[in-house]
Amino acid sequence: MKSAVITFPGSNREGDVIRALRQSTGHEPSSIWHQDTELPKGTDLVVLPGGFSYGDYLRCGAIASRAPVMDAVRAHAAKGGLVLGICNGFQILVESGLLPGVLMRNAGLKFICKMQHLKVGRADTAFTSAYNEGQIIKVAIAHGEGNYVADADTIARLEGENRVAFRYCTAEGDTKAGNPNGSLNDIAGIYSEHLNVLGMMPHPENLIETLVGGTDGRGLFESLSTLRGAA
Amino acid sequence: MKNTIAMTPELVAQHGLKPDEYQRILKLIGREPTLTELGIFSAMWNEHCSYKSSRLHLRGLPTKAPWVIQGPGENAGVIDIGDGLACVFKMESHNHPSYIEPYQGATTGVGGILRDVFTMGARPIATLNALRFGSPDHPKTRHLVSGVVAGIGGYGNSFGVPTVGGQMGFHTRYDGNILVNAMAVGIAKSDEIFYAKATGVGNPIVYLGSKTGRDGIHGATMASAAFDDAADEKRPTVQVGDPFAEKLLLEACLELMQTGSVIAIQDMGAAGLTSSAVEMGAKGDLGIELDLDKIPCREEGMTAYEMMLSESQERMLMVLDPTKEKQAEAIFVKWGLDFAIVGKTTDTLRFVVKHKGEVMADLPIKELGDEAPLYDRPYVETPKRPVLDAKKIPSPVSNREALLKLIGSPDLASKRWVWEQYDHLILGNTVQQPGGDSAVVRVGEGPRGLALTSDVTPRYCEADPFEGGKQAVAEAYRNIIAVGGTPKAITDNLNFGNPERPEYMGQLVYCIRGLGEACEELDFPVVSGNVSLYNETNGRGILPTPTVGGVGVIDDVSKSMTLAFKAEDEIIVLLGETTGWLGSSSWLAEIAGREDGAPPPVDLLMEKLIGELVLGLIKDGLVTAVHDLSDGGLAVGVAEMAMSGGIGATIAALPFGLPSHAELFGEDQARYVVTVKNKAALDELSRRVGAIVATGEALVLMTVIGKTGGDALTLPGEMPISLSELHNAHENWLPSYMAGEL
Repeated sequence: MKSAVITFPGSNREGDVIRALRQSTGHEPSSIWHQDTELPKGTDLVVLPGGFSYGDYLRCGAIASRAPVMDAVRAHAAKGGLVLGICNGFQILVESGLLPGVLMRNAGLKFICKMQHLKVGRADTAFTSAYNEGQIIKVAIAHGEGNYVADADTIARLEGENRVAFRYCTAEGDTKAGNPNGSLNDIAGIYSEHLNVLGMMPHPENLIETLVGGTDGRGLFESLSTLRGAA
Repeated sequence: MKNTIAMTPELVAQHGLKPDEYQRILKLIGREPTLTELGIFSAMWNEHCSYKSSRLHLRGLPTKAPWVIQGPGENAGVIDIGDGLACVFKMESHNHPSYIEPYQGATTGVGGILRDVFTMGARPIATLNALRFGSPDHPKTRHLVSGVVAGIGGYGNSFGVPTVGGQMGFHTRYDGNILVNAMAVGIAKSDEIFYAKATGVGNPIVYLGSKTGRDGIHGATMASAAFDDAADEKRPTVQVGDPFAEKLLLEACLELMQTGSVIAIQDMGAAGLTSSAVEMGAKGDLGIELDLDKIPCREEGMTAYEMMLSESQERMLMVLDPTKEKQAEAIFVKWGLDFAIVGKTTDTLRFVVKHKGEVMADLPIKELGDEAPLYDRPYVETPKRPVLDAKKIPSPVSNREALLKLIGSPDLASKRWVWEQYDHLILGNTVQQPGGDSAVVRVGEGPRGLALTSDVTPRYCEADPFEGGKQAVAEAYRNIIAVGGTPKAITDNLNFGNPERPEYMGQLVYCIRGLGEACEELDFPVVSGNVSLYNETNGRGILPTPTVGGVGVIDDVSKSMTLAFKAEDEIIVLLGETTGWLGSSSWLAEIAGREDGAPPPVDLLMEKLIGELVLGLIKDGLVTAVHDLSDGGLAVGVAEMAMSGGIGATIAALPFGLPSHAELFGEDQARYVVTVKNKAALDELSRRVGAIVATGEALVLMTVIGKTGGDALTLPGEMPISLSELHNAHENWLPSYMAGEL
C-alpha cells in the first residue's frame, strides 16, 4: 500500500499520521508539499493531516482547499483513489467539495482535547475492515471547529446511503450523550458517495500504542494496510 | 518626531529611566542621546531586560552540574539527557500584558518562550504553564481566566506542541496583577546547539520572520512598571500573536540550521530588534551596523525609533555565513517568510543604526548591556511567624466534610476545564497527561523520556520567603521522582512586587536564597530563568511567586509511575515524617479561614533520602502507585489516588498522636504515599527504610495507613465518601464557576 501525506503550511499532525502509517504498513509514506502538482505514481492513499493549514485564517480548510496539490487530490479521488482527511484534513475535504457539509465551531465555543469514544459505522470499507460494525472505540479529539452541519437533504442522504463512518458516543455507546461538539446526528466522520474518501474529526493516529493512550486507532491503519499491494 | 530633540526630564521619565540613570547615560556617551538612542537605553536598561534589581542576588544560584551544557545567559538552558540528545528549556512570564489583554498577552507569552527554545536549534516537544488569578469573587477573574486559557490553547494548539502540564491558583493578592508563566521544552542533538554569539567581521545580519509593525512599542518598559487603575490604557503596548507565522518560522529555522549556514541566532523578544542585535554583538565582542531601510515593515512611514522598539512577534535575527546566503534565502522563500539582509557585523564595538542615510544611533555596544545599572536595593527580611500548635486549632467541621470542601476549593479543584482546551496529545508522545504529579513525555521513539512539572506555593513564600523558596524546588523534585524521573535541572520564573520597597525586595532576596540552597542540596541546578518585578497594583504587591519549572529524565517511559490506585487490596504506605503541620496550609485557609502561621520547614537532607528511596522503589518495581504529598496533605493525596484509579480505600486510625485533622491535612514536606501489592513487597520496603533510619535519628519514616478497595474512601472514624461524591466535588467547581453558576 503506497501512501502519501500532504503537508500544508500550518499542518501539525503530519508526523503523527506518518508514524501511524509506518507502524501499521511497514512502509514510509511519501511527504508531499502543498505546492506540488502531482502525487507520486502508484499512490493508493492520500492523507490530509490535522493542523491549522494557513493558520486556519479565513475559514478552516478554505485556503488549503485551493492549494495547487488539491487538484491532484481531486483527480485521485475521481479515479476512485483513497483519500483520508483527519481533523483539519476533514475541514479541507468539505471545503474542496470532496465531501458534503461544513464544520462549524463547537457548540460550547471552546477548543476540546480529550479521549472520545466513537461508534464505528459500516465495517466493509477500505478504512474500517479491521473493526466490527457498531464497535465502540476510544480515540482522541482535538478541535475547535468540529461541529458537523449539513442541510436536511444531505443528512438524509448520508444516513440513507449508510455513509456515516463514525458517530460520537459514550463508553457505553450512547451517541447523544457522547456528542462533544453539537454535530448533527452525532457525526464524527463521513464517506464520499463511493466510499473512497473519508473525512473525520477524531485522531486515530494518536491511538496506536498502549503506552500512549491505547491502540483503538490502529484498526483504521491496519484496514488500509491490507489493501492491494499491502506489505 | 525628530531624532535630535531636546531631552527633558519628562521625556526621560516617560522612558522609565530615573534621573540618575540618565546621568549615567550622559557620562557613558559624553553627550545628549538622540531620541532613538534614548529609546534604546530605555529598552536595554529596564528591569525586564537588565535584571538591575535582581542580578546581584541571582549570582548566588547554583547553575552547574556535569550534565549542564548551557546555564543562564542564553535564550534557554540546555542539559544533556543522554543518547546524544539535549533538552532545551526555559520559563518566562507575560504577566502585565495578560492582565491588560488576556488572550493576546497569553498567546505572545507562549510564542516568546517557544522561540527561545527553537532559536537554540531545538524542536519544541512540550509546553507547561503556571497561572495565578485574583479571587474568584473579583469581577474580572472569570474574564481573565477565560481569555488566558483560550490564548495559551490558541497559540500552542495551532503551533502544534502539546501543553502537558501546569498549575493554576487563585488569591485576592493577584486581583489586579495576574501571573502567566509559560515554559517550553525542546529537544536537540547535544552537539548541534545554536547560540547568540556573533563571530566574524563583515558577516551579514539577516532578519527573518514576520514584518515589523507598531505593536508592542515599549512593551518591556511597561512590564517593568507597577499598574494603577489606568492599566487598560496600556493596551497598545501589548503585542499580537500569530502562531501560524511561528510554526513556519520554526520549520524554516530548523531547516536552515541543518545547512550549516547559521553563525549566530537570536529571537526578537522583549525590546525586539534592539535587544537581539546588541546581544549578538556584545556576546561576540563585535560591533553591529543596522540599515533600517532594509527592515521589512508592516506599515509605511515607521521611524527608526519605532522600528528599534517594536515588539512585533515571530521575528528572528541571525548572523549568516555569507557563502550560503542564496541557500538560506531559498528556504525562507519556500516557507513564505521575510528574509532580508539588514546589516553587518563590524570590528568597531559600536551599535550603529542608520535610516534614510542618516545615523540615528551610535552607541558603545558592550556598555549597553554591561554598564546597565546594577542595584543593591535595600531589603528587609519578612518577620518570622509563630509555629502554630495543631492542638489549639480545633476543626470546625468533620474531616469528611473538610476533605470534600478542600478537593472542591478553587486551588485544589480539578483543572480539567483548563487542560481540555489545550491540545495535550499532539505529537503522540504524551505518556502521562495533565492531572498527575508530573507530565511524562517520550523523546522520539523512546524509551527515554522527560518528566516535567511546574511548582510553587505562594502562601508559603509569603509566610517565609526562604522556606517557601526551598519548598518550590523540593516540590518539583518530588513531583519528578513520583513518576520515576531523575531530577536534572530547573528553570525559575521569579514573580515579585516592587523591588524599590524593602519588604518586597526582601521577599525576592530570601526566596532566591531558598531556591539556591535547595538546588544545591538536591543537585538540581538552575539553567535558565526570568524575573518579573513590579507585580503590584495601587501599591499592593502580589504574593511572592518564584515559579519553578522542573525537568527530570526517565530512562524508560514504559516504566513511568502514576498516582492512580491500581488494584484492590493493596497496602497503602505513607513515607516521610508526619508532625501535623497546619501553619499556612490549605486546610487552614479553606476550612479555618486563616492564613497565618509558619509554613512547613523543608528538610533538604530528608527530601533527598526519601526521594532516592522512592526512586529506587519505582525502578525495582516494588510499588504500584506513588503520589507526592503537598497541598491538603495526606487526605487530599489519597483522595486523588482513589479518584484517578477509580478504586476506593479505607484509611485506618493514624498513630501519630495528633489531632486527626492535623494528621490528615497537615502539610509536612518530604512525604509520599505509595501502594505495594503484598506482604513481601512491604517487607522489602521496611528493610530499605530501616537502612535509612539506621543512619539517622529514630524517625518514623514509614507508616502503613490502610488498604485500597471498594468504591468509597473512608477516613478514620468517618462515614465513607463514595468515589462519585468525591469526583463531583473535585470536578464541578471550575466548570460551574466559569459558567457563572457560582
